[in-house]
Amino acid sequence: MLNIFQSLDISHYIYLSCVLFCIGLFGVLFRRNAIVLLMCIELMLNAVNLLFAAFSEYMGDKDANGQMFVFFIMVVAAAEAAVGLAILVMVYRNTRKTDVSFLDSLKD
Amino acid sequence: MHITNLPLPFLILSFITILCALYVVTSKNPVHSVLALILTFFSISAHYILLNAQFLAIVNLMVYAGAIMVLFLFVLMLLNLSKDTEPVKSNLWGVAAAISAGLLLVVITASLQKSGIAVMKGNSPEIGLVKNLGRVLMTEYLVPFELSGILFIAAMVGAVLLGKRDSEKQDLLQQNDVQENA
Amino acid sequence: MNSIALILGLPIAGFLINGLFGKSLPKSVVGWLGTFAVLASFVIALGVFNDLRLNPDFQNGLNFKLYTFLNVGNFHVDFAFSLDRLSVMMTLIITGIGSLIHLYSIAYMHEDEGFYKFFAYLNLFIFNMLILVLGSNFMMLFFGWEGVGLCSYLLIGFWYKNAEYGKAARKAFVMNRIGDLGLLMGLFLIFHQYQSLDYNIVLPKIADGSTSVYMLTAISMCLFVGAMGKSAQIPLYTWLPDAMAGPTPVSALIHAATMVTAGVYLIVRCEALFYLSPITNNVIMWVGLATSLLAAFIGLKQNDIKKVLAYSTVSQLGLMFVAIGCGAYTAAMFHLATHAFFKALLFLGSGSVIHAMHHEQDIRQMGGLKAKMPITYITFLIGTLAITGFPFLSGFFSKDEILIAAFEHNKIVYILAVLSATVTGLYMFRMFFTTFHGTYRNHHHSFEKVHESPWQMSVPLMVLAVLSVLGGLLNLPKYLGEGVSHKLAHWLAPILPMAENHSEISHSTEFALLGVAVTVFIIAFLYTRFKYVSRNAVPESDEKTPYLGKLLVNKFYVDEIYDTIIVKPLEMCSQIVDSFVDSKIIGGFVSGISSVLLKISNLNKRIQNGNIEYYLTFMVIALALFLGFNLLF
Repeated sequence: MLNIFQSLDISHYIYLSCVLFCIGLFGVLFRRNAIVLLMCIELMLNAVNLLFAAFSEYMGDKDANGQMFVFFIMVVAAAEAAVGLAILVMVYRNTRKTDVSFLDSLKD
Repeated sequence: MHITNLPLPFLILSFITILCALYVVTSKNPVHSVLALILTFFSISAHYILLNAQFLAIVNLMVYAGAIMVLFLFVLMLLNLSKDTEPVKSNLWGVAAAISAGLLLVVITASLQKSGIAVMKGNSPEIGLVKNLGRVLMTEYLVPFELSGILFIAAMVGAVLLGKRDSEKQDLLQQNDVQENA
Repeated sequence: MNSIALILGLPIAGFLINGLFGKSLPKSVVGWLGTFAVLASFVIALGVFNDLRLNPDFQNGLNFKLYTFLNVGNFHVDFAFSLDRLSVMMTLIITGIGSLIHLYSIAYMHEDEGFYKFFAYLNLFIFNMLILVLGSNFMMLFFGWEGVGLCSYLLIGFWYKNAEYGKAARKAFVMNRIGDLGLLMGLFLIFHQYQSLDYNIVLPKIADGSTSVYMLTAISMCLFVGAMGKSAQIPLYTWLPDAMAGPTPVSALIHAATMVTAGVYLIVRCEALFYLSPITNNVIMWVGLATSLLAAFIGLKQNDIKKVLAYSTVSQLGLMFVAIGCGAYTAAMFHLATHAFFKALLFLGSGSVIHAMHHEQDIRQMGGLKAKMPITYITFLIGTLAITGFPFLSGFFSKDEILIAAFEHNKIVYILAVLSATVTGLYMFRMFFTTFHGTYRNHHHSFEKVHESPWQMSVPLMVLAVLSVLGGLLNLPKYLGEGVSHKLAHWLAPILPMAENHSEISHSTEFALLGVAVTVFIIAFLYTRFKYVSRNAVPESDEKTPYLGKLLVNKFYVDEIYDTIIVKPLEMCSQIVDSFVDSKIIGGFVSGISSVLLKISNLNKRIQNGNIEYYLTFMVIALALFLGFNLLF
């Protein structure tokens, strides 16, 4: 597989993750369903993960630090998803809605 | 370097990834979004394999596509949100969101233009194997590893606490629901 | 050095303990704590006094620098103290009489709910007064000056639930403030002229005579204005009689023995300055004389036992200023000391009477008390004799010294001072006879219930009575023997380098003057005895007093005059400012700003709608702008 990288450079992966990240961001801004919001956040996290893996490859030198970071981000993302969904279930139970535009009690 | 000079696997995978991601964001049905997201994760896993991160590719599939997305699906089913219930936002919002997200994209890519283009050095294929990663994890990253265990316990306790039914209040709410339905 | 810290530290420690924890401590603990704090200071001061007397190394006194208080440009002020011959004398008076009055207050204030507060204030007062006299620069003096003013305010208004008392306290405060302004101006001028406020730097520079007499006059006039306020001289004296609203021990301590003499102390401390400005000296002399006469005449027709004593205090302070104006600084200090003894005694005696009569202060309601209150009677008699100049009591010697100085200086002043002394005799005996002789006249409070005061009150009376009798030993005149005479003058000589030794008049003249004084005393005594004892007259009520008496009863309408020429115009100005400048211009400006802000925030309120999408959008845009900004520049 090494031959692939002779014609690839790091900027392509950067562009790819930026695009993914901004798509996720657009979703967060645009969508109102809380579950979809969470999914978009996962998408953004994955964009970053991809970038880490790419940079790990870019650095070379038998360096696994980038991959370790991906690993930890996955851990955090899993925890975040669990808690986020629990909160969402709770909110739905209390308001019968998952629409974030109704959750405006921050105003007070 | 022109885009057509890029290796085909990378191009195809990137295309699938972005397409699926766009579908996640734009699909009106949340279930479709989840399925598209799973596809996205698959393609990202393929990227990992290209990048010599075999273990990550598997973990990504298992944790994200397997566990987390199933959790999402499960919640969607539980809350009965599979229909297209989401009220559509005004176009203005779409434009505003697109502009701000696009602005960020432009700015970030513009800043990348300034940095030089560097060819990837490449890593040995062994680096992403369980054996190698496990050794690093248990030596260099031992403390963060243990800490992430604590994080998981905290997240689990939090999720259980949040998900627990407050019995009296819930009964009352459900009664209301029944009355409304009746 | 340590002794200064202790002298100052004990009263402030008493203040802190009583002030912070006094509420939960038993009354006896509070009272004795306060008393012993001051008494211990007194004992230490006695030790220092002994050192100063016996040890020639101590001629310049003790110095104690706590820390540098201010260090701005060329303006250096140290938090420093010095104990020299003058301040040790003041310290002894303050702590000595202070501890007696604390003891007295234990019994006098026993019923009061603010007992612990009272002792805390008293200790704080002692502390401030000590700072005033112990400070080694004008800034320290000013500190103490303001501190005693504050304590005086707090204690005059001690029974603050009575609105009148609160008013009296405010009046004292405001009047003092006018004087303080003068003092401050004086300090500014001193600093402007000498670039320092330290006594040890400023006073020698003044004494070397290089400063122009105009400057000296300006400085000394400013300082004298300060002294006027504190020591209740015309035109700022009206607060002192009103200050009698405070509890009687306060009147004795602050408004008779110590604080009001701060003005005298200030002038004696700056003797070189005043000695070199003859114009100010003349002003001081005439102001003092006028005050003395005016207050004495007003005292003639007062019927409140404490008011009489208050006017008497003003009058005696006036006499001290006359002495200063004549250049007789020792005489002023001498009179200050003896006056502290007998006036504290008289006030405490009056307090004893008031205590016995259940807060009745009108002498017309008293009479015949000598049968019921023998100790108070005898001690009060001694005090009265001392102040009126009964031969060989303390007041006799000190007042004579002033009269002799006045005689040497200016015959007219002498005559007027003698007149003032005569009137002093008249009002003091009038009060004394009406209170203790004759028949009992109060119908609300039966004669049987009148009682002698407890020992905590009678012991200070007796001690002060002894001091009033023997106070003259401080500075006996020459004719009683070269060896024993003029002790105080010798003691203070290093402090008063400029004052001349004024004993040029012959013994025969001196005896003639003594004869005049004694004659005056006898006339006053016999006249009042005839009027109030033999004919058993009672002072008539205020409304019936005819003509001149009416003027006196109403205190020459000074308060009313001040009200008309100062307070009323000021109030009118304030009203104009209030109704136009404040509400229209300033108020319009301020509320204009606020209404504009209100409108802006009403607009801004919409941004904070609690909807997380808005927040996120703005966050993203801001992030993009931030990054873009970094990129471009």
